[in-house]
Amino acid sequence: MLAYAAKRALLAALVALTVSLACFFLVHLSTDIAVAMAGEGARAEDIDFIRKQYGFDRPLGVQYAEWLGRAVRGDFGDSLYFRIPVAKIVWQRLPVTATLGGYAILIALGLSIPLGVLAAMRPNSWLDRLALAIAVVGQAMPSFWFALLLMLLFGVTLGWLPISGSDTQAHFVLPAIALAYYAAPAIMRLTRSGMLEVLGSDYIRTARAKGLRPMAVLFKHALRNAVIPVVALAAVQLGFMLGGSVVIETVFALNGLGYLAWEAILHNDFPMVQAIVLLIALIYIVLTFLADLANGWLDPRIRIA
Amino acid sequence: MTAGRVVLAIAITLALAGTVQAGKRDDTLRWASNQVPESLDAYFNNVRIGVIIAHHLWDQLIYRDPKTGQYKPLLATAWKWTGPKSLELELRKGVRFHNGEAFDADDVVYTLNFVSNPANKAVTQQNVNWIEKAEKIDAHKVRILLRKPFPAALEYLAGPIPMYPNEYYAKAGPKGMSDKPVGTGPYRVTEHQPGRLVRFERNKDYFKESPRAQPTIGKLELRLIPDQNTQAAELMAKGLDWIFNVPPDQAKQLRAVRDLSVVAGETMRVVWLAMATREGTPTPVLKDIRVRKAINHAINREAMLKTVVGESARVIYTLCFPLQFGCTDEGAPRYAYDPAKAKALLAEAGHPNGLDIDLYAYRERQQTEAMIGYLRAAGIRANLRYMQYAAMRDALREGKAGFAHQTWGSFSVNDVSAMMPVFFKFQADDVNRDEKVRDLLDAGDTSVNPNVRRSAYKHALTIMAEQAYVAPLYSLPVYYAHSKELEFRPYADEIPRFWETRWK
Repeated sequence: MLAYAAKRALLAALVALTVSLACFFLVHLSTDIAVAMAGEGARAEDIDFIRKQYGFDRPLGVQYAEWLGRAVRGDFGDSLYFRIPVAKIVWQRLPVTATLGGYAILIALGLSIPLGVLAAMRPNSWLDRLALAIAVVGQAMPSFWFALLLMLLFGVTLGWLPISGSDTQAHFVLPAIALAYYAAPAIMRLTRSGMLEVLGSDYIRTARAKGLRPMAVLFKHALRNAVIPVVALAAVQLGFMLGGSVVIETVFALNGLGYLAWEAILHNDFPMVQAIVLLIALIYIVLTFLADLANGWLDPRIRIA
Repeated sequence: MTAGRVVLAIAITLALAGTVQAGKRDDTLRWASNQVPESLDAYFNNVRIGVIIAHHLWDQLIYRDPKTGQYKPLLATAWKWTGPKSLELELRKGVRFHNGEAFDADDVVYTLNFVSNPANKAVTQQNVNWIEKAEKIDAHKVRILLRKPFPAALEYLAGPIPMYPNEYYAKAGPKGMSDKPVGTGPYRVTEHQPGRLVRFERNKDYFKESPRAQPTIGKLELRLIPDQNTQAAELMAKGLDWIFNVPPDQAKQLRAVRDLSVVAGETMRVVWLAMATREGTPTPVLKDIRVRKAINHAINREAMLKTVVGESARVIYTLCFPLQFGCTDEGAPRYAYDPAKAKALLAEAGHPNGLDIDLYAYRERQQTEAMIGYLRAAGIRANLRYMQYAAMRDALREGKAGFAHQTWGSFSVNDVSAMMPVFFKFQADDVNRDEKVRDLLDAGDTSVNPNVRRSAYKHALTIMAEQAYVAPLYSLPVYYAHSKELEFRPYADEIPRFWETRWK
């Protein structure tokens, strides 16, 4: 197990390094940062001034090495837009995104596992079809559209929940539902297929033959096994939620990392963009690494392969 | 119509069925912006929302009445040019900053010398780089020395140059001023959460002699909400009282909501088609004046105003905003919408079967697409290259683009010197490089004689129109939507004046 963990850790470190390279060079190669920073109406001398002031006139490799050296110490430089340390803003905003992601994954699991189990219990029934329909709609509907529908119903028409902002826990309800609805179908389909496979296995038949109550068979024996891959998928989905909350946070004006990313892109705040991309990628890498370890622990065949 | 707009349309239909009382509640006007100010320090902010905030927190030396265009005393009670590069101002006595500091010459001298020193890295250099230095003559009199004659100085002193308290600013610096701004203006900041919200309260001690109206609304709360649909939903749900930059189609829908008012206001941003004729242009076809004239004749400006631009805008015939000092279309040829004439001109220029050209654009895509339709009808097959502003500007500057849907807002400066030199004085954005026009603009930009200036600009604008270097199109409108309980009036500089806004 240790060798397996070490191998996965090395792979995660390599992926992290590649991501750092990509997020640094893509930002630098996509545009002339000095020109973009100078803004509308800037003169050539203004641009030259910015280029020298921020060290953009040095070779890219040198800039990358310096940036990476500071980044590993948690120093991402100052925000070009807000003019305060990037790390300070990022740490201020991270709890909002984490809260949103946490609620969203709980809602997604709370919705998708029961639906997946019900669908597996009655395959090809109207219940299964309904679950499939929910899954298809969830994956097909753009999250911003669903978010607006929620706002319309619960915010404007019924007036039950706040429409935007992050002042109270109530402000997280609509965005968490919108975010969860996108993630739920994959978890539900995996739960369903896992349950179908497990329910058809010998040990379940044996359990039933022993006269165990159907609920005990279902929850004590079947679900516990069927849900193992779901745990790994949920970890990955949480990564997606943290990284993919840009649209939801922007629509609901939640002051999290996603909203910050939007602001940073809008204002050519390159140090901020680089820091957020790197941070979200690292969170995703860590979650994937943990999921790998969990899989390896639960299923020894993965470790050997 | 985007998906978001469809949802909004449904929302409005439902809102019509059951709207509730909007407005006064706790004497707090809640408004939203989709822009985030980089700093509340006016000299370290380049975005419109920061300009709007600054006008509420600080006063300028001079006030330009937006209704009449006249300059009036604000923090300065009188001023006179003592030479082409020297301006003396008498300062108002008895004015205090929000922190109690008395306003005097030291504040003016410190502010102007600090922000005009490039080492202090004010980001609005274009607003202050004409200042050589400021000197104190006595406690309530100052002299401003200019680097070179700059007749638009009064306009700048009445606009983007607010006065700061010297003692506080020396201690707090730009960062401290952004965190806890201190000014003399009609509102003071009580809370600032960067990137999230700004709360203001009325300055009860605002000096009574100010030509600006005394504020009546007790509190303002600015929330930063990036999505326009969310803003509209908040407005309908009474979470907000006022929003701006509402897209025209959304404005049309919001008009149907009983408790809301939608008003359109003209802005100083003007729109034109830029046509590169300088050496090495990527569109040599535009070097032919007949092609440029054909493009001018191809666009139906009036129809565009009615269909895609919106109300309150106006057609322009020269490259400036009509209310700016020096702007005129007198004597300049007008190119009426005439596709047949456009085709004839193209044929005369050797393009009987029309021509293909890339058209670059960066905003109001619907308008660009309408232009493409008109151009196509006249035989000009324009291929849209839509991109971010910086990318388009770079392409124009580097000679990779030669035909562009351009716009310019003049930083709300009511003088053509904030616009024409940028595009016609051999600077990076000048894609035509006409020496005669450059010299005339130079004469206008450096004379302190208003008549000399007017004449020079008029002559330059006439040449530009005769040569059809650009196809001037129209000014852009902006839509505001607000609670019917608010009495609000828009102005062309796009600065909402909440100090004169009232609850009904």
